[in-house]
Order: sequence, then structure tokens, then C-alpha cells
Amino acid sequence: MRRRRSFLLPGGEKVAEGRMRGPALCPTARAREPLLAEFIRFDRITKFYGPLCVVENLDLGIGKGEFVSLLGPSGSGKTTLLMMLAGFEQPTSGTILVDGQAVNDVPTHKRDMGVVFQSYALFPHMTVGENIAFPLEMRGLGKAEIADRVTRALDMVQLSAMRERRPAQLSGGQQQRVALARALVFEPRVVLMDEPLGALDKQLREQMQLDIRDLHRRLGLTIVFVTHDQSEALTMSDRVAVFNKGKIEQIGTPRQVYDEPATRFVAEFIGETNLIEGVVARISGGEAAVRLASGAEIVSAVSGGVAEGATVYLSVRPERIELAEARNAAHNCLETEVTDSVYQGDHLRVELAAGSHPLIAKLGRRSREFEPGTKVFAAFSAGDCRVIAPPDGQRQAAAS
Amino acid sequence: MKTIIKTGVLAAAAAVLAAGLAAPALARDLTVVSWGGNYQDGQREIYFKPYAEKTGKPVLDESWDGGIGVLQSKVKAGAPNWDAVQVEAEELALGCSDGLFEKIDWDKMGGKDRFLDSAVNDCGVGAIVWSTAIAYDGDKIAEGPNSWADFWNVEKFPGKRGLRKGPKYTLEFALMADGVSKDEVYDVLSTDEGVERAFKKLDELKPHIVWWESGAQPLQFLASGEVAMTSAYNGRITGINRTEGKNFKVVWPGSIYAVDSWVVLKDAENKDAAQDFIAFASQPENQAKLPEYVAYGLPVKEAAAKVPADLAKDLPTEPANMPEAISLNTDFWIDNSETLTQRFNAWLAQ
Amino acid sequence: MSARASRTGRSLFLLAPLLLFLAGFFVWPLFSMMSQAVSDTAVLRLLPQSAEVLAGWDRKSPPTPEMQTALIADLKAVEDTQALGDMVRRLNSARSGFRTLMSKTTSALSDEADPPADLVSIDKRWERPEFWLAIADALSPLTDRNLLAAVDLGRNADGEIEHLPADQSVNRVILVRTFWISALVTFACIAIGYPYAIIAASLSGWKRDVMLAAVLLPLWTSLLVRTAAWFILLQEQGLINDVLQMLGLTSGPVQLIFNRTGVVIAMTHVLLPFMVLPIYSVLITIPKNLMPAAASLGAHPLRAFLRVLLPLSLRGVAAGSLLVFISAIGYYITPALIGGPGDQMISSIIAFYAIGSANWGMAGALGVVLLAATLVLYSVYARLSADEPGRR
Repeated sequence: MRRRRSFLLPGGEKVAEGRMRGPALCPTARAREPLLAEFIRFDRITKFYGPLCVVENLDLGIGKGEFVSLLGPSGSGKTTLLMMLAGFEQPTSGTILVDGQAVNDVPTHKRDMGVVFQSYALFPHMTVGENIAFPLEMRGLGKAEIADRVTRALDMVQLSAMRERRPAQLSGGQQQRVALARALVFEPRVVLMDEPLGALDKQLREQMQLDIRDLHRRLGLTIVFVTHDQSEALTMSDRVAVFNKGKIEQIGTPRQVYDEPATRFVAEFIGETNLIEGVVARISGGEAAVRLASGAEIVSAVSGGVAEGATVYLSVRPERIELAEARNAAHNCLETEVTDSVYQGDHLRVELAAGSHPLIAKLGRRSREFEPGTKVFAAFSAGDCRVIAPPDGQRQAAAS
Repeated sequence: MKTIIKTGVLAAAAAVLAAGLAAPALARDLTVVSWGGNYQDGQREIYFKPYAEKTGKPVLDESWDGGIGVLQSKVKAGAPNWDAVQVEAEELALGCSDGLFEKIDWDKMGGKDRFLDSAVNDCGVGAIVWSTAIAYDGDKIAEGPNSWADFWNVEKFPGKRGLRKGPKYTLEFALMADGVSKDEVYDVLSTDEGVERAFKKLDELKPHIVWWESGAQPLQFLASGEVAMTSAYNGRITGINRTEGKNFKVVWPGSIYAVDSWVVLKDAENKDAAQDFIAFASQPENQAKLPEYVAYGLPVKEAAAKVPADLAKDLPTEPANMPEAISLNTDFWIDNSETLTQRFNAWLAQ
Repeated sequence: MSARASRTGRSLFLLAPLLLFLAGFFVWPLFSMMSQAVSDTAVLRLLPQSAEVLAGWDRKSPPTPEMQTALIADLKAVEDTQALGDMVRRLNSARSGFRTLMSKTTSALSDEADPPADLVSIDKRWERPEFWLAIADALSPLTDRNLLAAVDLGRNADGEIEHLPADQSVNRVILVRTFWISALVTFACIAIGYPYAIIAASLSGWKRDVMLAAVLLPLWTSLLVRTAAWFILLQEQGLINDVLQMLGLTSGPVQLIFNRTGVVIAMTHVLLPFMVLPIYSVLITIPKNLMPAAASLGAHPLRAFLRVLLPLSLRGVAAGSLLVFISAIGYYITPALIGGPGDQMISSIIAFYAIGSANWGMAGALGVVLLAATLVLYSVYARLSADEPGRR
């Protein structure tokens, strides 16, 4: 039996001694290079259900030990991709490689991948202990070793007291932790998670996010995580692949996909953003000047693929907008009028109108209140603003 | 409050009961019950429909499969929903002694003298004389069996045999096959040794027997070749020859004939109309039409005389068919049916 | 308090039709059937004087004049012919010959012109103690005679329980056979119905509908028609034998009818829906992702089936088996038409007693035995399903 990770070694470091949560386990800002050693590769994968194309000619590489989230709305193909990796579905064309080997023809039970399902998929007729022992029994391990490993897996998810219970006697969060323990106990090469936290309430979900991320860090797991919740993807992942209509719109670190959205879809799907339409007037030195319909000119960071004269969108995150009484020459400034202002506890949400164009700004909670009708300037730096080229199909609409 | 609800419950209960009891109180049409099949089709043409026309009131006809228990439970429950029923001799005797039937008004029937002796009973009026006999396919066996000994002879006549499941007839046939003369059959069968002897004879044939239970089955078996010969009701045999152009033969020697009778269920709603109906069905000109439909003998002497010769030759009552036949001994069977059925079932299960 | 009482009253009122229906059409018939099996008042009711006299009889010697006088007095007092019929039936069932003896006796007694001196002068059979013994044994209001006879037991002259002679011992054999045939049918239904239900549950849309309709179809056809159809298919010159011979699988016709094979085939066909539907209804409640989950955990499909799907669907199999088995033990038309003499089931015996000879006591007793066996089975099932893993 392979023993890759210390936490499962007999007599190894007892993982559960430290709580899985709490300040001690706060993420250390560890920048991960994408594609350490490539471990999983999707090579030109296409999947049809009848006439319906759900994954289209998709390429994706995942590094060993990497945590990659597949993020997208439902029907975007992210779950299908995961199901093909697990072996539940066959790609219509293309190859899936794991550790350099094509696995298309390997049946699920030989792929050695732990899968955590949204609905837990615990075996209702087995106890918690039996559920976790199941993959070990399938691998023909001895009774003593199974018992030992089950004990440690239960410790890891802090459910030792629940060993003899049946899944129906556990809460949703406990069930999901059992499912997690079951998927990890046999030390799979990859852990696949299909919206595992979708059925939990918000507080529990956030706690589990941290727990899972912590496990990933400590065990060096390779995790492919499917979710439609962008904050979950940003919180947990090394990299996020944003799916739309069977294609990956953008793949990058959480910071990249948030701060530098490559497409309008990504900008709108991840977080809230202001999209302002305009025409590129000049490009120079990584910055572009974009002329708006109102005649105002905005300077924005730009990263290739945009030509002068093109109709584009500018994306500005609401929290990057400041409101000022007077024009500030160092920043982009738009003349606006406050239409509404809502205090939301951690921030002040101000709705603005720049001419006929609505804008949203999120200000610090210490900011002063703005009465509707107040004339203010919305200011933001060129670095907080991105130029997004509209996709081909939308160019006409944008130009008209 | 409580009282009101209690009253409500009682009222509802009363309503349900009243509805249940009220239903039979509605006037019911005269209901005549017979054996179904082409026999009842014939009866409908010559008895039921003309009688309904004559009286101007509808006649309901139903069919049944026999069984004294059926009649008993209907009469016991009170207000039976059948009026006139055609029964076998055994049911007639049992039901009559158990008080399940109305006494027959023989004046209405035109006097006992018009009927064969065996068709006259305190509780029943003979309707038909029918026979259980050997049947075989004349197209397959040129030189057919002539006796129950032949029926038992599977070397001379290879093939399976059909017999009605049950001790009645079967034991008589076995004894005849074993050489008991027709007149001594019931004397022998009344002794324990006789019963022993009959079952022993049955043992010989047991592996070759296909048992039947409903009257249509033996002819199906014969037609499909499942059996080479079988016991069957004579009316059915002649019937299938007429309707399907078969050449099934009836072996009259050794056949057992019995009388079926009309009875009126005790306290039936239309008991008077039922007697009128039976009188109508016993009028010679009506009864004489029956052999056109089904080859059963007629208990009304005048009616029998009216049957044309080409039809009469197939009837159990035809003098040429009578000499070697015996009459079913009803007394023997009402005494011994239960014991012998138990014995028969035990023998069958061995 | 009064509000609660009125609520209780109202719910009772709403339940009244159901309760009345249950009491009238379920509890009462069942109870009366069961009481028929043990109640034995037909003789005692009509012969009170004889009962007193017979109590002093030694059960062996020929009848005394007192006994004869008492019986004559009793018989003369009878007015209800139906009650007389019940008594005669009861006595004839214990001793063949009472039928004719009694009708001869009663008609002789009613002859006012020439009253008989004693019973023996009417019929010699009255001399024999067996007939008196039959009367003496029928005088207690409750009897275990029918129940004992239902399992081939009886009481000898000394009142001890003993086996009935072999030529009367048929019920036990037939009961065992009934359970055996029912078990065979149940197994056949599981063998066909379980995979069928799995396939049906895994399909969707019209395919599933077609499969369910196909299995329900036999329920919508009359039992006789179905049985007759099997007769046509299974007979020696039938469709199945023709096909088998045409394909060269058999050289001669295979005996498929008038034997156990035919009975099991036909009954399986009829009862299959009762197996498929419970299994199907359990299967569709099993989450679809359990089998993929088992596969992802390293279970070969066969092991995944044995460890996950099978244990989870056993409840359906148990419920289906119970339904099929209990329905099967009540069958008699199919065994009668398709089976041979060795395939007769207990219901045909019950039918004979109920319909053929109006011996409700025996019919009731056999019914009680069948009911008891069924209840035992049900309690086993209830115990098993209560222990069912995964159920709280």
C-alpha cells in the first residue's frame, strides 16, 4: 500500500490534535505558481449529450498538489468535466491524462480518485465507521489496519463519537465531514468535490471551506472542486477556472480572475462590477484611454488584444470607487449624482448615475452619508480599472 | 355537544344500514340460473325469451358452476337473489332435505304423470337427462373403445385419458372397468372392499390420466390431441360435432345418466313466478325444441316423443342408448361424497 | 375540554364509514368464519333430551331404549328443516350414511298412521354404536374436530389425539405442497422481478412506462383468460413446444402443462407485478449517486451491487415476497386448470368444503390454518423489516 502522506501513517503526526479551524490555521499568503508538475490534463475534451454540446474542445492542466476550482453557472459544463475525470461519464472525444496515463478506458473503481458529492452519497445502511471503512475493505486491507485508519480519519474530521451512528442520525455538516473522511481515507491520487458544501447553511459552509482548505494545505492533496459560488472558489483555490457554455473563459489565481477579468462574463460572474461602455482612443505603455459616450475619457490598465478604435467595456469594482467633492486630476473622475445610499453594516453602498449610466460604489463604513441628489465625483485610478474587449458576437451590439 | 355528535354517528350508521337493507327491497326481475355455455344459449331461445314475451316481464338469466354451499349460503342469508335454479340430482336431494327449496306445486306442472319417474321430486322438476360417457375422436381412432375396460387398456389404445377430478363417476367407471356389472356397481361401491377395489383399479391408470374440472375442458383436450379419449358430458360432445364439424363419438355402454332439475329457492322473492316459469319450460311443445340446441334427454314424455329421429339418436333417453347405461345413485353420493372426496384427494396427492 | 371532546367526536364521525365498513365487511366475516371452525351447536341445539341421556352412555354398548326414545322425542320436536339440514350435514360429515338414515327416519316418524315402535325398527343402522357415537361426539358446543382434521389429526374413541389414517390424510400434504409451490413462485418472481425492477428503475420516460405497463398488464386481464392463454401456449402442440422443436432445442414435445412447471410459470406470470412494484418503489427512493460513490471508492460493480444496492433494496424484495407468497397460497384456479393431480393447492380443498359440501366448519378450520401460517410469516417479515439496517 502506498503511503504518501504523513497523516495516515501509523504513528505519524496526529492531525486532529490541532483544531481544523481557528486563528492558528489562518491562511498564510502563499502564492502558488500554477502548474507545478502537471498531474492531470484534459486534452481537447468534447462532450455531447445527444445534440447538446456541454463541453467544447476543452484544454486544462492541473498541477500535483494544486487546488483548482471549476466555477460557473449551472449548465456550464463544470460538473460534466468532473464526472468525466471520475469516470462516471465518457468524453465524446479527447483524452484525459492522469500522471501521464490516459484514463479514458479505466473504469471508475480503478481510477483511485476520492469523490465528495453534494448530497454526500453516504450509504444509509452502514454506520459512519462502516462507511469510512468501505474503500479500505474494497482494497483488501487487514481488519486492524482498517480500524486504525478509520479511527484516524474520524479524528481528522472530529467525529470520533459518531462512529456507530447511521448517517440519518447526523446533521448535514456532520454527514459531509463523514463523506470527506471517506473520500480521503484511502489516500486517493486526486480528490474530486462536486459542490460539496451546496446543501449547508452559510455559517457551516464557511467553516467547512476553511477546513477543506486547511486539509489541502497540510496533506498536499490534489483537489478539483466544482462550485457555482464565486466567493467559495476565491476563498479556497490556488487557481479558479471560470466556465461558461462548455468553455473556460478564464483560468488564473483568485486575484487574477477578480482583479483582471479577461471577459465581461468573468467580470460580472465574479463579484459585483460596474461596466462602462466606450471606444478605445489611444493605447500606450499598458494603459488605454477610453472615450465614453458622454465624451469623458477614462484611463485604464489594459493587457493586449485590444486595438485603437475598438468598442470595449471598462470594468471597475465598486469598492475601488471613491467619492469626492472635487475633481482629482490624478484619477479618473466621473461626474455623478447620488440616487440612493444604503448602509449595509460592513460598508456603505451608494448608487450613482453618471448621466444615464448607473454606477455602484461601496465605501468604507466610516464614510459619511450621501443624500440622494448630491452631486459627487466618482474617482478611481487607472490600475483599478480593466479594459474588456466584448466578444465577437457582442461587438455589433456594443457599437450600435 | 357530545349528544349531538353521538346522534350524528348513529344517524350516519343508520343511514348506511338503511341503504344496505333498502337495496334488495327494490323489486327484482325473475332470475333464472342455469349451467351456462351453449346449453343456456339454447334455453334462452326456447324458454327465457318466449316466457318474457308471454308475461311481458323481463327474465334475468345467470349461470353457475354448482355447489350446494352456494345455494345454502344464499338461502341462509335470507332473500336469495336467485329464483329458479337448475341443479344436479345430488344438490336437489341435499337441498330438499335441508329445506333450501320451495315445495313444487305439481298441479301447476300438469301432474306428475307427464314426467319420467326420476324427474319427479318434492322440491324439483326434471329439466334434462344427461349422460357422462366416453368420448373419442372418430377421425383418429377408427375402431374405438366400447367399454370402460377399453378405456383402461392403454396398450390397445395408446394415449392419455381424461377424467373429471373427483370421486363421483370416477369410482363407478373404475369398478366397471374392473369387470363389475353395471347393476352391481353401487352395491360393490357401498362396501369398504368395493372402494378399495375401485382405487386399486384407478392406480393402474393414474399415470395416464389428465384430470378435468370444467365441462369444456375434456373436449379441448380431445381436440388438441392432449388425450386419446376422455369422459365428457354427452351434450357437449354432440355440440362440438355440430358446431365445429368434429367427429367425436359417444360410447353409450357404461355411461352414467342423471337428471338435472329446476328448483325454486326457499323464500325467493319471485317464487311464484319461478314455478310458473318452470311450468312453461315443462310444456311439451317448448321442451321439445331443446334437442335442436343441445343433445340432452327430455323428462316430459310427450316432449320426448316429438323429437325428430335424427336428433333423438344422440339423446341419453333414446332407447338404443339406454340398455348398457346406469343411473347415478344420488343416495349413495349424498351419504358418501365428503368421505370419498377426502379419500380421493388423499389418493390423488400420493 | 369540550372543544377537545367535540374534535374527537368529529373525527370519529368522519371515520365512521371506514370503521363501519371494516367491521361489517372485514372483521365480522373473518370472525364468523373462524367461529364456524370451532362452534358446533348444530346437533346440540336440536337434541337436548338425547344430550342428557347420552351423557350416561358408555359409548360402546348398543343403544338403550331410553336413548332411542329421547332421540325420537327430539326429532319429532324439530320444526325448522334448515336446522335439521345443518344437523344432518354435521353428522354425515362425521359418519357417512347419516344423510339417508336421517331422511328415512324423519319421514317414518312423521307417519302418523303407523308410528314406529323404536328407531331400530326404522333402520337397522340405529343398532350400531358408531352412529350414536357420532351424535354423542357432536354434543359439546365447541369442538376442535375441524381444526384437528385440518392438519390430519383426529380423536379416537378414547378421546386421544392421533393421526388420521393415511387414506384420509391429505390436508397436511397439500398444505406443505401449497407452501412449496408458493415458495417456488416467490423465488421465480424474485429471479425475474428483481432484475426487471432494476432495469425499469434505471430507465426514464416512456421506456420506464412501457416496462411498468408490461408488468401490470396481467393484472388487467381476467384470471381465467390468462390461465386459458397459458393453456394454449404450454400444451403439447402449443406455441412454446412448436418453437422449441422448430429451433431444434428439443426432439419431442416437452411436458409443460399438467405439472408443476406449468403451474409455476403461469402463477409467476400472474404474480410478477406484486414483486416488481414493491422492489421498484424501493429502488427509486435509493439515491442515484450511491452506486457511483461506491465505484469511486474502489468497488467493482458487482461488489458495489452486493454491498450497496442489494442490502438497500432488500426491503422491497421482502415486501414483494410477502405479497407474492401470501397471494400464491390462496390460488386454486390456475393449479386446477394448468396443474396435474399433484399440484392441487389447499384452496381447492377449502372450495370443496365451502361450495361442494357446505361444510363451513372444515372450510373455516382450513382457513384458520392458512391464516395462522400467513400471520406467522408476516410476523417474521415484520421482525426482519424492523431490524432492517438504515431504518430507525
